[in-house]
Amino acid sequence: MHDLGGLAGFGPVEIEADEPIFHEDWERRVFRINTAAMTAGLIGGGRFRHSIERMAPDHYLSSSYYEHWLTGLATLLVERGVASRDDLEARAGGRFPLSGPDRGSAPGVSGGDPTEPRFAVGHQVRVREWHAPGHTRAPRYVQGKRGVVTRHDGAFSVPDIEAHSDAKHLEPTYSVQFASRELWGEGGSPGETVQVDLWESYLEDSQ
Amino acid sequence: MSPDHAHSHHPEPIAPVEARVAALETVLAENGLLDRTALDEIVAHFEDDLSPLNGAKVVAHAWVDPDYRARLLDDGTPAIAELGFGGPEGDHMVVVENTSTVHNLVVCTLCSCYPWPILGLPPRWYKAPAYRSRAVREPRALLREMGTAVPESVEIRVWDSSAEVRYLVLPRRPAGTEELTETALAGLVTRDSMIGVERL
Repeated sequence: MHDLGGLAGFGPVEIEADEPIFHEDWERRVFRINTAAMTAGLIGGGRFRHSIERMAPDHYLSSSYYEHWLTGLATLLVERGVASRDDLEARAGGRFPLSGPDRGSAPGVSGGDPTEPRFAVGHQVRVREWHAPGHTRAPRYVQGKRGVVTRHDGAFSVPDIEAHSDAKHLEPTYSVQFASRELWGEGGSPGETVQVDLWESYLEDSQ
Repeated sequence: MSPDHAHSHHPEPIAPVEARVAALETVLAENGLLDRTALDEIVAHFEDDLSPLNGAKVVAHAWVDPDYRARLLDDGTPAIAELGFGGPEGDHMVVVENTSTVHNLVVCTLCSCYPWPILGLPPRWYKAPAYRSRAVREPRALLREMGTAVPESVEIRVWDSSAEVRYLVLPRRPAGTEELTETALAGLVTRDSMIGVERL
């Protein structure tokens, strides 16, 4: 439910004046738990993000940001065998909703880590469409769409791999510019562009 | 394994969120993973040291020092580090400049990526579905609704923070501020102007 770009129906943005950093003390405690789990190496970026992405859609949309963190962290701790769900529920005195199962698998890679960008700035590319059941950082709204490379950002670990395995594979990343009309067709607007940052294996040549 | 499936018809009500947090805390503490004193110092750092005041200093310095502005736009991370700011979620900074023809807007459609060292932790609306879904689909209409009219002649460029880079918008210096000191200029720079949902 996390891949929200372009979805309709959420209404106006509600801005809270003089918003505190944490609204409730438990939010601060979740932040502290997250810091502890990061420090202990129990969670990494890709796995943690995906633990939240696996939340039941109704729970994701009806709960606050730090409840997302709490649910993802608890899910990862149960999956890693640090705690059992029954144990968590006994301690909490009620049901403890966790995220759904991990349905993803790390895509295979061949060869070493390419660090030289395959596409030059100005190159026209198309985002591959694979609609992964697991973690990816290619938003659905750009998959299949054509854009132009505008910036190289160096090589980073591919999230699709690190979220589903203990392996890390580095690849160049790019900022790619998309015209609004390319993304939204008749619903797009001239004079609006969207820049999306993408890993090299998300892209194919479209010159 | 499906921890949720086995319990999908569980009759018990959901435990209050505070009780779930406490349950997780005790599990971590029993595993020796919850050093509250050390962790509280880290959390206090986020609460006390990281805020939009940092970003405002960067912006004001760029307004008064053309060489700094050039360095900032060329390679954001070291230029921001010159003023003492950096760290997690700020390791790969790109600064995008508003001009008479381009207005920049930052979003994270997939989660909530945000430049912590210079803006602090993000506000709720930045993490909420309405902003994340609409910013890439209808930015001009969304900004108008949020009280920021961007003329049709100005291109809106939306930056979806989908990989490792975090973005800072460099707003335009307001007219009539030639006499202001750098400190006074920093006082004009709002968090929302550095996300791009406000124009100064």
